[in-house]
Amino acid sequence: MLWYTGKRLLQMIPVFFGATFLIYFMVFSLPGDPIAALYGERPPSPAVIAQIRAEYNLDQPFIVQYLLYIGNFFQGDLGTTYSGRSVSDVMASAFPITARLAMLALAFEAFFGILVGLIAGLRKGKLFDASALVVSLLLISVPTFVIGFVLQFVFGVQLGWARTTVSGAAPLDELILPALVLASVSFAYIVRLTRASVSDNLNADFVRTATAKGLSRPRVVTVHVLRNSLVPVITFLGVDIGSLMVGAIVTEGIFNINGVGGTVFKAIRLGEGPTVVSFIAVMVVIFVLANLLVDLLYAALDPRIRYAK
Amino acid sequence: MPSKNQGAQPHFVAALEDTPLVAIDRLDETAKARSTWADAWDAMRRRPSFWISSGLILLIFLVALFPSWFASVSPTQCQLSDSNDVPQSGHPLGFTFQGCDVYSRIIFGTGASVTVGLLAAAIVTLFGLIVGALAGYYGGFLDAVVSRIGDIFFAVPTVLGAIVLLSVLPDRTPVVIALVISIFAWPQVARIMRGAVLTARNSDYVVASVALGVSKFKILLRHVIPNAIAPVIVIATVSLGTFIVAEATLSFLGIGLGPGTMSWGRDIGEAQTSIRTSPQVLLYPSIALSLTVLAFLMLGDVLRDALDPQARARR
Amino acid sequence: MKIRRMGIVAIALASTGALMLSGCAGGAESSAEGTIITTNGTEPQMSLIPTNTTEVGGGKIITSIFAGLVSYSASGEIQDEVAKSIESDDATNWTVTLNDDWTFTNDEPVTAQSFVDAWNYGALFDNAQGSSYFFDNIVGFSDVQNSKDDPSGAVGEDGAPLQVGDPLTDGMSGLKVVDDTTFTVELAGTEADWPLRLGYSAYSPLPSVAFEDMEAFGQNPIGNGPYMLASADAWQHDVQIDLVTNPNYAGVRTPKNDGLTIVFFASFDAGYAAVQGGDLDVLDQIPESALASYESDFPETFVNEPAAVFQAFNMPYYLEHWSGEEGKLRRAALSMAIDRAEITDVVFQGTRTPATDFTSPVIAGYSDSLKGSEVLEYNPEEAVAKWAEADAISPYTGTFDIAYNADGPHQVWVDAVVNSVKNTLGIDAVGKPYPTFAAAIDDRDTQALTGGTRAGWQADYPSLYNFLAPLYQTGAGSNYEGYSSAEFDGLLTEGAAASSVEDATAKYVEAQEVLLQDLPTIPLWYQNTSGVWSDTVSNVEFGWDSVPLYHEITKN
Repeated sequence: MLWYTGKRLLQMIPVFFGATFLIYFMVFSLPGDPIAALYGERPPSPAVIAQIRAEYNLDQPFIVQYLLYIGNFFQGDLGTTYSGRSVSDVMASAFPITARLAMLALAFEAFFGILVGLIAGLRKGKLFDASALVVSLLLISVPTFVIGFVLQFVFGVQLGWARTTVSGAAPLDELILPALVLASVSFAYIVRLTRASVSDNLNADFVRTATAKGLSRPRVVTVHVLRNSLVPVITFLGVDIGSLMVGAIVTEGIFNINGVGGTVFKAIRLGEGPTVVSFIAVMVVIFVLANLLVDLLYAALDPRIRYAK
Repeated sequence: MPSKNQGAQPHFVAALEDTPLVAIDRLDETAKARSTWADAWDAMRRRPSFWISSGLILLIFLVALFPSWFASVSPTQCQLSDSNDVPQSGHPLGFTFQGCDVYSRIIFGTGASVTVGLLAAAIVTLFGLIVGALAGYYGGFLDAVVSRIGDIFFAVPTVLGAIVLLSVLPDRTPVVIALVISIFAWPQVARIMRGAVLTARNSDYVVASVALGVSKFKILLRHVIPNAIAPVIVIATVSLGTFIVAEATLSFLGIGLGPGTMSWGRDIGEAQTSIRTSPQVLLYPSIALSLTVLAFLMLGDVLRDALDPQARARR
Repeated sequence: MKIRRMGIVAIALASTGALMLSGCAGGAESSAEGTIITTNGTEPQMSLIPTNTTEVGGGKIITSIFAGLVSYSASGEIQDEVAKSIESDDATNWTVTLNDDWTFTNDEPVTAQSFVDAWNYGALFDNAQGSSYFFDNIVGFSDVQNSKDDPSGAVGEDGAPLQVGDPLTDGMSGLKVVDDTTFTVELAGTEADWPLRLGYSAYSPLPSVAFEDMEAFGQNPIGNGPYMLASADAWQHDVQIDLVTNPNYAGVRTPKNDGLTIVFFASFDAGYAAVQGGDLDVLDQIPESALASYESDFPETFVNEPAAVFQAFNMPYYLEHWSGEEGKLRRAALSMAIDRAEITDVVFQGTRTPATDFTSPVIAGYSDSLKGSEVLEYNPEEAVAKWAEADAISPYTGTFDIAYNADGPHQVWVDAVVNSVKNTLGIDAVGKPYPTFAAAIDDRDTQALTGGTRAGWQADYPSLYNFLAPLYQTGAGSNYEGYSSAEFDGLLTEGAAASSVEDATAKYVEAQEVLLQDLPTIPLWYQNTSGVWSDTVSNVEFGWDSVPLYHEITKN
């Protein structure tokens, strides 16, 4: 167990280098000159542009830029944005907010998704199942910007129950509405996943055995059916952490949240290599840890799953 | 809740000794030269929802391939004076913000949308399924390599990858968009498949097959994959819809389908401007999208039930 | 693996619970005290140094915390701030006299040296200041742009300069401090309306403390404007900046409120919702999605009037069909094929005003009756005729496109324009999106466009010259599409050399009439100042540059 965990943590090293290299290369390959674009349609003299390019090592070949970045990275210097702010400062302000938002969204989608999926799976073909299907379809085909706009308008503008936009400190209560919006599409996935697994497992031998043993229905459902249905759901949640954190661009935009998604998106548009790569480096660590946690949870959910050595 | 069931119910999975009989029964079944897949087909044919969803999908394909059979008004003749106008004769669903015919745009947008959604879902599912199955089934080094490569790809923000790839690629056809979406979406399916395979490879019938000396690869193909495929089918059908929407996001960012190509996603994205005043413009492409997703969800459901050995055993 | 069988949901909930607690700890909200006005802005692209701030987000902060020689009134006229007088006999040698009662917020007096040092800092190439070109008409500018190691200022094949090292001199020889309240400026050529420039933020003075550590200064600038930073950490990056009134301020923009909080918004949609929900006082631009509804949402508290923003699209001269006599015909046909009135009416709901020249209605000297301006009116018959005439010279094939950057709000109007062209001329026309501004400007810079490109110009200072010279003069910095006309260049030079503003304006009007014949750009419309505010504030007035006059706003 410990050995397995240690091995997985060691695997983070190649993933870190692979991901940072790939992403640095992609930012490097973005079309256009990021420095010239900073000044709109009225560029300063070539001398000034060259001076700034040199400041950010943009006059170096790609591999030198990357190695300089990695070298500084291990000395704790993540570089600076084109506005002269240190990237670690930017990260320190964006990550806590995004972590709160993503965890809240994850909690919402896990709780409501599993609950609705479970009931729909148990009552397959009944009214509840059909309603759940309609709601899922709605969430899949109505884009996030619409859901966000409607919730913001109803609860923020008309009812005044929530702030329309999130304040700088982004306290948890202000994040409830954005988290619901962010969780909406994943909620649809989880409902469908849970429903499918539950309805499969209802027919499984061990459930029949358990029922035959005289266990009460609620007990069979929660302990046997649900527990065995959770493996794909947990996997999905583990993978989803990433999209909830980096992919929250639209939701962050609607509610004016200063989070990771918007920051990375802006940095990509500006071609700010160090910012994009530093953020994603942290995300890679989060991915690997989340996936490790999921793998360990497999073993908790299904004791037949063992990790060798 | 946390400690309630601790120890009280140690055997939440049927004990191994309870099951061999069932497993051997099933092995007999497959021995009769009837493959899992042939059984599945038999099971599917008997379900009405199979025929409903297939009919709907067939219709969608027909619209995608021959849009001019279904609409006579040109989707690209747009008069700004008709902007967001209500339905009138010859224009049953009204007009878009730019004054184009909503109905025609949906009909002519079907091809691109369905191509992107279906192709991306198919690539992601196939590739993710194979990779995930191998990783989960064989484990060890293969698992480590495949899973970590997946982590790297998943770490790349799709927007970044799409901007870079689509700036390099000359033509932004629906096929190219589908490929780009697939490159960054496959690790999700691979992870789900891997998890499901981890569960399935320890099932009683697999254990039994091993005991009977069936080759490892054959077991993977015949027993593990059919038993693990349910969640992947769910993800694939739901993704089909989200990929069509993803195309809208890419188009909105200027890296979607090439200029002049029509798609539902693009129309949904463009309706953003009208959301406060004319939300009906958003409605119709969303309905088209919902119907497509619904058709594939239903088909997926039937397929999943048909492939589920336990469900079949009960019939 | 022997893990205690805890419910999985419980684990998930427990872990989120921990995060929630830690989240609440940092969630104290600062509520606005007194009469603080909240308004929208964007995170400044650079640290707050006047000569390095070239975009709107930083610009509105710089203008609030600094006062230059002059500032602009709502209508764009200059009014003296630190300057007592700016005089010249020959429009080349200028003498600037300062008021002697101005201080920075650290109590350092604002002197002639404060201006000369700040301007020299801005011009010196190794300070890499984005606004350095504002000083390019001062004698000695080229000396601070070239280095000792390579005084020629040679440029390599890739266009990057070869120079390295220190500049030739530390300052421009055209700037001379006479005494604490007087300095002289020698321009490289005559420029009758030179003082008109001086309200731009790049001409702000800097206190001596700035030159000790400019980077640190830029995070917490010390100015002499109507407002100052509320505290050392008033600039919360990506969130907001808190400004309070400056008790030392001695100019004409004395605030009628206690302070200004500029909240940074990533989208105007979010800002609009915030004003609707009472979380923001003033929003200085209306998002696309609310153009149709803002008048009913804010029946009494909105503004919509022309501003100094000119929008157009350019047809490159290096493309086949678009130069020479054929090009002239096609440009005119294109211009007459676009129904500007309908597009501004439907797409922009009247928040744009159809163009009748190449500048803006708020600029002194603007005219809506230039000779030849009928080419800017919708005239489908004439358009078709001219297009056919051009086709007789060389037939047009293929798809016509207009490039735009999708990271700006351009898709909707570009689609409307190409539809108008398509419907009138019967050719295939589409919008061609680029993912980023960088990608779009790169293709313009390297002359790699396949069709037209959107173009826009927001004036830095209210003058006709600023709308014409940088864009259409042969070889000018922003003349990407390669227009060159000896007649136009000549008129522009004559205008700049004119000894009175009236004479200059006459020349610029003539120069525009040349442009109307050549159409290097197809003028579309002027972007209006359009904003809304909540009923918690009054006296909201917008300046010529579309930025609210913050100091006038009062809280109810």
